[in-house]
Amino acid sequence: MITLKFILNGKEVSITTEPHIRLLDLLRDKFDLTGTKEGCGVGECGACTVLMNGRAVNSCLALAAQVEGYEIVTIEGISNGDVLSPLQKNFLLHGAVQCGFCTPGMVLSAAALLDQTPNPTEEEIKDAIAGNLCRCTGYKQIVDAIKETAKELQVK
Amino acid sequence: MNKEFSVVGKRVIREDGFDKITGRAKFADDYKFDGMLYAVMLRIPSAHAKINSIDFSEIENNEAISAIITSADVPGIKKTGLIKNDQPIFCDEKVVTPGDVLAMLVGNSENELRNLVKKAKVDYTELPLITDPAKALDQEAILIHPDNGSNLIVNHHVKKGDVEKGFEKSDHILEQTYTTPLIEHAYIEPEAVTAIPLGFNGVKIIGSIQNPFTARRIVAAVINLPLDKVQIIQAHLGGSFGGKDDTMCILSARAAVAALKANCPVKIRYTREESILESYKRHPYIMNYKVGFSNSGKIIAMKINIIADGGAYASMSPFVTWRSVVQATGPYEIENVHTEVRAVYTNNPYTGAMRGFGSPQPIFANESLMDEIAIHLGISPVEIRKVNALKNGSITATGQKLENHDVNLIQVLDKAIYAADFQNKWRANKKEKPLTKEFDFNNPVLQDYQYVEPDKLIQKGIGLAVSYRGCSLGAEGIDTASAYLSIQNDGTVYLLSGLAENGQGMRTTFAIIAAEALGILPEQIFYLETDTSRIPDSGPTVASRSTLMGGGAVRNAAEILSGRLKKIVKEEFKLSEEDVVSFRENLVFSRKKGLTAKFSEVCKLAYSLGINLATIGYYKSPSVHWDEKSGHGDAYFTYVYGCQVAEVSVNIGTGEVYVNKITAVHDPGTVINKLGAEGQVYGGVTQGAGYALFEGITTEKGLIRELNFDQYLIPTSKDIDVIKPVFVEGKDSYGAWGAKSLGEPTLELTAAAISNAVRNAVGKRFFNLPLNLEEIVLGKKLCPQEVKRGSLQ
Repeated sequence: MITLKFILNGKEVSITTEPHIRLLDLLRDKFDLTGTKEGCGVGECGACTVLMNGRAVNSCLALAAQVEGYEIVTIEGISNGDVLSPLQKNFLLHGAVQCGFCTPGMVLSAAALLDQTPNPTEEEIKDAIAGNLCRCTGYKQIVDAIKETAKELQVK
Repeated sequence: MNKEFSVVGKRVIREDGFDKITGRAKFADDYKFDGMLYAVMLRIPSAHAKINSIDFSEIENNEAISAIITSADVPGIKKTGLIKNDQPIFCDEKVVTPGDVLAMLVGNSENELRNLVKKAKVDYTELPLITDPAKALDQEAILIHPDNGSNLIVNHHVKKGDVEKGFEKSDHILEQTYTTPLIEHAYIEPEAVTAIPLGFNGVKIIGSIQNPFTARRIVAAVINLPLDKVQIIQAHLGGSFGGKDDTMCILSARAAVAALKANCPVKIRYTREESILESYKRHPYIMNYKVGFSNSGKIIAMKINIIADGGAYASMSPFVTWRSVVQATGPYEIENVHTEVRAVYTNNPYTGAMRGFGSPQPIFANESLMDEIAIHLGISPVEIRKVNALKNGSITATGQKLENHDVNLIQVLDKAIYAADFQNKWRANKKEKPLTKEFDFNNPVLQDYQYVEPDKLIQKGIGLAVSYRGCSLGAEGIDTASAYLSIQNDGTVYLLSGLAENGQGMRTTFAIIAAEALGILPEQIFYLETDTSRIPDSGPTVASRSTLMGGGAVRNAAEILSGRLKKIVKEEFKLSEEDVVSFRENLVFSRKKGLTAKFSEVCKLAYSLGINLATIGYYKSPSVHWDEKSGHGDAYFTYVYGCQVAEVSVNIGTGEVYVNKITAVHDPGTVINKLGAEGQVYGGVTQGAGYALFEGITTEKGLIRELNFDQYLIPTSKDIDVIKPVFVEGKDSYGAWGAKSLGEPTLELTAAAISNAVRNAVGKRFFNLPLNLEEIVLGKKLCPQEVKRGSLQ
């Protein structure tokens, strides 16, 4: 067993766990943060995307032990209580959510993009979510939602 | 759009959006229960084998195993199916496809079970394989299900006029064969379900279940309990596209058997590899079309012969192929038709319902052929379609007269060609001879003649396809839906229907319909959890029938209650008999006296008067009929129409086809939620483009090669550029204000439009989907010879 200390959704946490589990399992099973989904387990679908020090990573490909000292953000840490982030609000306004299974990972990939590239081109948006598979939406409304959010954040 | 509507036709945010965008929405694998165990499947790497024995002696006393479940533990029926009971819950005699499950280990550590299951020793004898559907009906073919007497699952036919005489009268005859591949639904959420034993009360099941009532029927039969002792709750469903029906019924049944035996909640959750391995897929079709036509382009006769690969189990094949036989000639009025469709058993993964349901395949064939006829005659793809198009009053291939709705085929076609500037672009891109160079497999070194000038490398093309689609189940069976509506005394409302939210936005659509009828806002309507114990069986959520059938039921419920409220308003506010009461913007109006009260005040008043403000609304489809013997009938009570125009760039060096734009014009009847409708178009077109360009499951000795998303490629954000949805809202009297179907129509014709665009770009016709790199460059499919990958061995 190992003990890990890291920042999870803005709070310092400490947990003792088996060393071999994935970050995805740590979040879902030990912290009950089930917003992070498993779609393929091999880093292809992006449903398990979380932020590690601001970068979007597939939590199915990260070992839990890798989070020591890191700042992790999951979908549960994106909104402020019941107040949606601009990205979340725009996802809803643009119809970017259908079944919703890819949505948490998609939002986090988009959040990482807007953090690093506040005014992305359409190609940059498509690149940022190219590792997040969605079978429902055809991505159009997701791209629109991210574009609109970037625009709003620019105005601010 | 009808101007009288206050919420119908607007862009309404999803009713379940907040929970989904915050990660709070619970999907099937997000549920945990005290004492919950897991179940792990035992399979063998064979597509056809006789099981001699299964030896658990090495593991049966292992502490990690709470129970081992085999066919012997199934208290009720041992084989099940949606139409034919040919699929074992657990195989005990033979396996007929590699997804088959022999037994299940139950315990609290899924990881340990996955290791232990490898130690079960299965003694089995390999049997000859049938993987080519064209050979399944050969005399010498081994029978996959001997009790069926043959490998034929079903044979449908449609006959109209006399095709042979029609061919004699024709000026031209074309004959072509087309094939389509095996397609995975690829919902991003893999299957998951938990069964919770309830003692004398039976079992409760929560899972990623597309059709809760079908699951209930099958679970009840498998565990031998009456229907009321099986409660199915649908978790938020992470995509289905027709794919979480049979598989989820069987997984629910397995979980129930295990939960009752272990007396603990038991969860089954699949990895992606298991999901692709065991779940059913879209049918591959082999389609031969022979068509006779006049110099003017009028089609005189069409003879169609289709073989559908049903795979190892019948599943929905009889219904899937029935839709094919009804619609195979396309949306054209043809005097002489003979269509035969046979579905056969093979040892391939079994095939069933998938978005499109027997239409994407014949549409690819038929719409490719229409373009070939046009090219043959030197006329445009638009003209050939207009000459033959179904119109109001036309008689379909099955002898049905199209009436009582707007037959808007030419309208959607005109709108699409105008929006995409089709005619000019088609003529400009047209190629007289093939640009792709023949490839010599015996000498695979590029020759001088194969050199392509850099500026000729990328070729543009444009193509179109049209389709019509019968709405809902048609003559497949009983077609009814119910909705529960309960108005609270503050004017808020509970709503629940017997149909299921699969991610498509049905709950929002129903909330809009109820809000419209009650003159309130969709946000005031709280949609209840889908639970088979709370609402009448409304049939399956399939066939793009929710908006039409469920919407009809919701409207009925809302109108029953608004009728009761209107009566009270008249009495309490002493309105005259002939006055008309209406509800709008949470207010109640009298035609004569104007604003009369707030909606919430009237609800409170009704409550104080003891008026019942809860009801079940009901909608039953108008009658349809089908004579299987003659292949005639009014197959569906109404139809929808669509036209898509594809614009592509083809790299004739690499074979890459890039979709620059799809203009998608659909007549779904009245649009209820513009935002949701557009989402259906974007999503359906994107799935259709994947079908056109790169998706396909291939097998080697019956074993699937593409078991995860590293090999089974679905479209990403980078694969398709612009999609432009356009709606033509034809009039219809059915459902909620004539709102019909959209989910499947958006997907079914995209591949055909893209294929026609590729033909326009490179001057060569392709007959076999997908149009991937090797198909374009080499004219054949390439596959690795061995299956060596994936977490399943």
